[in-house]
Amino acid sequence: MNLALSPEQELLREAARGSLARHRTIEAAHGALDGGSLPDLWPTARDAGWPGLLIAEDQGGAGLGAFDAMLVAQECGRVLAGVPLIGLLPATAILDAAGAEGLEAVAAGERPVAWLPARPPSDGEGWTVEPPRGKSRARAPRATRDGDGVVLTGAAAFVPDAPHADLLVVVGAAEDGAPVAAAVEASADGVTVEPVTSYDPTRALAHVTLDGARGTALDAEAETLERAWHLMQALIAAESVGAVEATLEMAVAYARERFTFGRAIGSYQAVKHGLTEVLRRLENARSLLYYAGWAWESGPAEFALAASAARSAAGSALDHAARQNIATHGGIGATWEHDAPLFFRRAQLTRRLAGGTAGATDRVATEVLAAAPAA
Amino acid sequence: MDLNDTPEQASYRERARAWLAEHRDEAPPNTGALDGEYLAARRAWQAKLAEGGLAGVTWPREFGGQGLGPIEQVITQQEIRREGVPNILDVIGVGMLGPTIIAHGSNEQKGRYLGPMLHGDEVWCQLFSEPAAGSDLAAVQTRARPAEDGGWILNGQKVWTTNAQFASFGLLLARTDPEQHKHRGLTMFIVPMDAEGVTVRGLRQISGEAEFNEVFFDDVHLSADAVCGQVNGGWTTALTTLMFERVTIGLGSEGLGYQEGRFAAVLKRDEAAVADPGVRARLGEIATDLLALRFTGYRMLTALQRGQIPGPEAGLAKITTVNAAIAAGDLIADVLGPEALGPDSDWAYMISFLPGLKSAGGTEEILRNTVGERVLGLPPEPRLDKGVPFSELRAKEREAVA
Repeated sequence: MNLALSPEQELLREAARGSLARHRTIEAAHGALDGGSLPDLWPTARDAGWPGLLIAEDQGGAGLGAFDAMLVAQECGRVLAGVPLIGLLPATAILDAAGAEGLEAVAAGERPVAWLPARPPSDGEGWTVEPPRGKSRARAPRATRDGDGVVLTGAAAFVPDAPHADLLVVVGAAEDGAPVAAAVEASADGVTVEPVTSYDPTRALAHVTLDGARGTALDAEAETLERAWHLMQALIAAESVGAVEATLEMAVAYARERFTFGRAIGSYQAVKHGLTEVLRRLENARSLLYYAGWAWESGPAEFALAASAARSAAGSALDHAARQNIATHGGIGATWEHDAPLFFRRAQLTRRLAGGTAGATDRVATEVLAAAPAA
Repeated sequence: MDLNDTPEQASYRERARAWLAEHRDEAPPNTGALDGEYLAARRAWQAKLAEGGLAGVTWPREFGGQGLGPIEQVITQQEIRREGVPNILDVIGVGMLGPTIIAHGSNEQKGRYLGPMLHGDEVWCQLFSEPAAGSDLAAVQTRARPAEDGGWILNGQKVWTTNAQFASFGLLLARTDPEQHKHRGLTMFIVPMDAEGVTVRGLRQISGEAEFNEVFFDDVHLSADAVCGQVNGGWTTALTTLMFERVTIGLGSEGLGYQEGRFAAVLKRDEAAVADPGVRARLGEIATDLLALRFTGYRMLTALQRGQIPGPEAGLAKITTVNAAIAAGDLIADVLGPEALGPDSDWAYMISFLPGLKSAGGTEEILRNTVGERVLGLPPEPRLDKGVPFSELRAKEREAVA
């Protein structure tokens, strides 16, 4: 039994924290809300080797696992750093599994890649993508094989990290519903990437439209594509855990220094219990990151359950933590200049991305019902 | 990251498994009324487990234990559960009270009590909580006064006492000097449960079953050698017991048997429930909590393996366990309807059992206070009992409610 971080993992985390600290990401997030621009964190990501985290070593990557990637995502979440990991890493996992050409350039950070997240079927429905609005999910783009290529037509809304990507990894559906993966140049004919003004300015999103766009077919099994979806869930969970840590530290610090009726507000049970509730949810979510990391390596049949549970716990922890942080600070916590609203914005938007927190919770139910013995 | 045994652990597991496979036919059933024949069978089974080296795994060898670590203890529990046989009868004695005696008892006490405790010949109970001293344990009022022969005269009442109805001895926290501050004038005693003046009364709970007892002491005479640890140093002794309680509960949390698969299996039989988004959302959240607990347990084991003792944060896992189980009981009864609350329903038993469990081992509120102060570093609630002699404190309390 060993669920502790290895020395290499400690190092990876410390290095990520150190290199992100050199950018004033929180300050920049405030600026971005007022129309300013965000620091370009891509060189930081590239120098640290993050684009190649999940790419095999013989292809120029680091050949690491989901848990290592989650450690980096957690650090990004702590400081709301807009490093495009959640769109990038699932794309690289697919490219790596498919043995795609040109992986070295991707691993070296010369070719930013983003994935059009497609949700695997759960109850008979096919592969789906995010709709522009509403409860009904959109069908994955229609895919037609054409020699070595794939022609894709369809649209996906709110695609993370698409605005800065050179290459898009797309999961389309063939006529029989089977998933077909393809790599499509963002500059190809028929591809439109329309950046969205995001409620959370640190999160780059775009609506992507494919109108007869031609890409290269990727030799990826359905399992690989399912794994990519759940990897994205796990990365969102990790980012959220980082953000919860940051809000809890902020709220605890304030509760110790702010006095009312002659004593620190953190001494009141109402405040203290509210903050221990954040800690309880944080530790539960953190435990599930370990579960997801373990399952990626050693229990692939459980990865869907583990990653969905992690997203569910971390998503609701962040929701709760962001509100608790504002409430602990009182009215000042809800003002434009304060940091607390930045985390609230992160929570609000993330909860609705990539199938949503509620979608992950539903997926947990699907998995445990499927695993339970029949009557 | 690795959930597997080390080679040493694997070979220990192998040995435990082999012993259990060989002796499983000698084991009594898992459940039964704890009296008469069944009680005798459970005592005999504990003795067998002790002979096989599967009781008191962490006790030093000189007291009949195996001198192994908490990981081997956990492996033993896992293998006992896997084999489907009962655990030892006296988890409280062997898990918490024995280790306290080993830490604080005299050589005579260790020689006299530990062997029969380990073998189930003498079952023990923990006489700490009182009607007015639960979360605030140091407020105990049970009084021990010096007797003329150098012994002690005991008067008072304890409550929530598991196994008192058949226990041979109890470890009891009493006030010996009310003129000292609350935490100082306490002493720990070893009390023979068959002494004159000891009365045990079953305390029935919502389920109708008496899981606990009330124990009354009327002029019970104790000899001088009944003191365990230092006179007026009982709080230190009690803290040792509470530390072992945390370890016992922490290591056993998986063992409460609240597993997502068991709940899902019931819901799966109802097509309408499976298709209901509300039911699915609730199941998803409950399962998420229970899965988190499993991996929190693994994290705790990793820490134990590195020689760290579980701290107050273990209280958070207890809060999650109880609340997830309560949510599961509610969900299952919502789906099954009133039948779930029928007289022979396991769910009715679980639903009735959980409200009490919420306060067991510290109420949710006191656990949150402790975690908030000791883990998050939040300032403590102002206290009115610090530095005040216990007798004055009691006088103030009486005045306030008069």
